[in-house]
Amino acid sequence: MSEVRLLVGTRKGAFVLTSDGKRQRWAISGPLFAGWEIYHLKGSPVEPNRLYASQSSGWFGQKIQRSSDGGSTWEAVGDKFVYEGNPGTHQWYDGTQRPWEFKRIWHLEPSLADPDTVYAGAEDAALFRTTDGGQTWEELSGLRNAKGGLWAPGAGGMGLHTILLDPTRPGRIFVAISAAGVFRTDDSGAAWRPVNRGLKSPYQLPDPDAEVGHCVHRIAMHPSRPDVLFMQKHWDVMHSDNAGESWNEVSGNLPSDFGFPIEVHANEPDTIYVVPIKSDSEHFPPEAKLRVYRSRTGGNEWEPLANGLPQSHCYVNVLRDAMAVDSLDPCGVYFGTTGGQVYASANAGEAWNPIVRDFPAVLSVEAQTLP
Amino acid sequence: MIRIELPVHLRRLAQVEGEVQLQAGPPATLRSLLDALEARYPVLRGTIRDHVTLRRRPFVRFFACEQDLSHQPPETPLPEPVATGAEPFLVVGALAGG
Repeated sequence: MSEVRLLVGTRKGAFVLTSDGKRQRWAISGPLFAGWEIYHLKGSPVEPNRLYASQSSGWFGQKIQRSSDGGSTWEAVGDKFVYEGNPGTHQWYDGTQRPWEFKRIWHLEPSLADPDTVYAGAEDAALFRTTDGGQTWEELSGLRNAKGGLWAPGAGGMGLHTILLDPTRPGRIFVAISAAGVFRTDDSGAAWRPVNRGLKSPYQLPDPDAEVGHCVHRIAMHPSRPDVLFMQKHWDVMHSDNAGESWNEVSGNLPSDFGFPIEVHANEPDTIYVVPIKSDSEHFPPEAKLRVYRSRTGGNEWEPLANGLPQSHCYVNVLRDAMAVDSLDPCGVYFGTTGGQVYASANAGEAWNPIVRDFPAVLSVEAQTLP
Repeated sequence: MIRIELPVHLRRLAQVEGEVQLQAGPPATLRSLLDALEARYPVLRGTIRDHVTLRRRPFVRFFACEQDLSHQPPETPLPEPVATGAEPFLVVGALAGG
């Protein structure tokens, strides 16, 4: 019978949660790297017991950990993230220029083909790649040529937070940066261009239709249709059916189109999930009711999924990397909150149960479906 | 032998318990001490000093003999009691919440 393993990164360490395919009873191990911020952990799609974790601290900097046994043991690998050449400056919150400065790795994306190749999204925004299992990292610095001087930090910093690898075109990679937008390469990371046409950011940018500068919170793709992308922007839920060449809004009847994560159902490419948040200054659910919203039509028509979730006095947030799906049937959906809860649904969101209620603030959730 | 006390996060990272004892220099300076520490425990590279500039990370401090050595130049000789092992050299995470 299949097994599901959740990799949970929190403000104070990492946890590994495992269950059989019923996804009703969970074993919890951790905290790993107690006291450190674990922005993200992820496993290799081709070697699921090979895991990578981003471990960081405001005091002691960035470490990268690697496991070859599914998280039982770990070793620190390379963590020297050096921008190539002189990275120049980017915009600061007030529009002035500020030098690029490495702060941490937000997201790790293992290659679809090679367990030793991993992409790392950094703050200040940059994409790094290792091809030796994390021992050494090189920056794909061509990304910064896509108008890097106009990028600016969002409230959480100027992080490269999303990395999508196209399973049908090995050279195509999408990344998303707050607040810069979505960028695409078709040649494995040498040349990049912004793909933000159709995004509108009034009150955030002097030119609401600017080519770069948009605060994209998350993008998602179903591997069977890599030209179809979904986006949760600072405000607005967006859709593209041409690999980002143009975007159209699909917020539809959502109670708020502000939010952070967006996920695609593993077996239904038109079914997507978001977690509406009241506003950029009030990071909690509308009406203090925690509701996941699902669209079975690729957006515009949304239904609330609240069974098992708190429906009063709920003031948690769900961060951009803190939602995931497994690939079982029915599809499992998981998310973690800033209040330390990790919720699981074994039936595509129809009903939810908390796996834990009292973790540190959850930064990321990844789901692995194991044979 | 020079005695170094590391904060708990760095002890776990380096997989050591209690004080670290090592030789540094001559001369025994802040720089030679940190060079020796990182040579013995490569996993600590980047945690105390920046990988490239070798500048002290902003939220790390160095205390010894009830003095703050954080802002001394790297070539500063270690205090005699530290160099002889009579007093430990403390690597401390700055008091900044957490």
